[in-house]
Amino acid sequence: MAAISREEVAHLARLSRLAVTEQELDQFAGQLDVILQSVARVGEVAADDIPPTSHSVPLTNVYRDDVPQPSLTQDEALSGAPDAFDGRFRVPRILDEEA
Amino acid sequence: MSDLTRMSAVELAGAIKNKQVSAVEVAQAHLDRISAVDERVHAFLHVDAEGALAAAARVDKGEITGPLAGVPVAVKDVIATKGVPTTAASKILEGWRPPYSATIYERLQAAGTVPLGKTNMDEFAMGSSTEYSAYGPTNNPWDLGRIPGGSGGGSAAALAAYEAPLAIGTDTGGSIRQPGAVTGTVGAKPTYGGTSRYGLIAFSSSLDTPGPCARNVEDAALLHSVIGGHDVRDSTSIPQPMPDVVAAARLGATGDLTGVKLGLVKEFAGDGSEPGVIAAFRESLEALVKLGAEVVEVSCPNFQYALPAYYLIAPSECSSNLARFDGVRYGLRVGDDGNRSLEEVMSLTRDAGFGAEVKRRIILGTYALSSGYYDAYYGQAQKVRTLITRDFEKAFEQVDVLVSPTTPFVAFPFGSRTSDPYQMYLADLFTIPTNLYGGPAISVPCGLSEGLPVGFQIMAPTMADDRMYRVGAALESAVGTFTPPAL
Repeated sequence: MAAISREEVAHLARLSRLAVTEQELDQFAGQLDVILQSVARVGEVAADDIPPTSHSVPLTNVYRDDVPQPSLTQDEALSGAPDAFDGRFRVPRILDEEA
Repeated sequence: MSDLTRMSAVELAGAIKNKQVSAVEVAQAHLDRISAVDERVHAFLHVDAEGALAAAARVDKGEITGPLAGVPVAVKDVIATKGVPTTAASKILEGWRPPYSATIYERLQAAGTVPLGKTNMDEFAMGSSTEYSAYGPTNNPWDLGRIPGGSGGGSAAALAAYEAPLAIGTDTGGSIRQPGAVTGTVGAKPTYGGTSRYGLIAFSSSLDTPGPCARNVEDAALLHSVIGGHDVRDSTSIPQPMPDVVAAARLGATGDLTGVKLGLVKEFAGDGSEPGVIAAFRESLEALVKLGAEVVEVSCPNFQYALPAYYLIAPSECSSNLARFDGVRYGLRVGDDGNRSLEEVMSLTRDAGFGAEVKRRIILGTYALSSGYYDAYYGQAQKVRTLITRDFEKAFEQVDVLVSPTTPFVAFPFGSRTSDPYQMYLADLFTIPTNLYGGPAISVPCGLSEGLPVGFQIMAPTMADDRMYRVGAALESAVGTFTPPAL
């Protein structure tokens, strides 16, 4: 039985903001199924009482003094933007026309 | 003066310091070499000739001194370099010139190294062959029909093709070490937190580690010492001083390993390595025993789950990190016709800008982090990560370092592992445990199999990077270095 269906892959692509084509869906569904069946082996390990590791460095809450540091200028921050206007990032429509 | 492009970084630095050659002459020789061979190798995505010559001129004027002043370096294109194009080999960042530089790049510049340009890689460092670069693959200088490893194939190939004596890579699952192995060059992954990630385009933040690539162990150690150390701009940077890796490499080069215990991981023995890889590894192990080392078999029972755990953790982190490519702040924007919504434009931009492997990993990571699957996949993988760390800690109670082949197979022909993505993932079978643990590891050339290089991996405890340089340099003193056929 497949670990992941074509419909699930389409749903995940939407969640990931990837406008994948029908052809990509066909390709990815089979490949992701193979990958998922392989990585599912982590489930064989009895690890109920094992704490998770998110990070290998034993550091928590790294603070610095609350002193302003030099940072990018507005122009520098906008320098790579595909569209900028009046010192701001310009974005496509966010709300529906009627809203 | 002999061919400048064949000299080591240490030799070049000495010759420049003693005024036997100028830094500008050294830079020009490497730029000429790039012009002559890079059409065939394709190690570089961008060559910054003007910047390189200007940096070299500052060294010649005496403005910068230091152990690597005037030595050229190639930089993987995942490192932000102010004003110099940075793409991570993705179409989504085509033409981007970062407004700031990575900490390690600033340290390279402060040390007087001469950055030659940006090297090719698998897109966003996801891959083991550079075949997933959006700008076409890099060809292995040993055989132009074969892969140079990945993701840092461009950096490794630039060294093997004598286009640069030093290079920078990043290692998330083996992306420095596996390219080193298949190109006959040295690649070292420092302890996680030992080199700053500030300005590194993030793939998997809990694993990504920048590090040195070179043609010999001492050069790698010198480069490591220049880029390493604490950085306040990376909150996972280790504040303690790092060990003296250069002294360790020089100690190892004396060829004495008396009293050093090498751990042979029992569980790696049956894992489908090519016979020629196993033969070269065994011969090298015998050479180390002749230098005084002792071999001890150790058991790391959870290493068999490292690859599955990695391919849940890394895609999960990547799906989150790559959310920043939204077509708003930098890079590509597709389909903005004035009618489409932000969400539609974002989805079209990301589909057009990302390659297939990146999309596969984003989708896989989104799945592994979904409610309902989180505990079974991402949560379980994090627990396995704890068990792998415990395996390392237990092994290092018995031995000083662990050793293995770097990768199960020599450089493979283009196209032979792209149809089944999991076959590509197997290239990282021996390198991934170290990334999950966070320790350092190095790949040192140890022999040839059917005329192609084999790498020997040395894994050390966290913050004991010096140990791998000592053993690596000793191995190099015993087996020598390996030169590819003329291009």
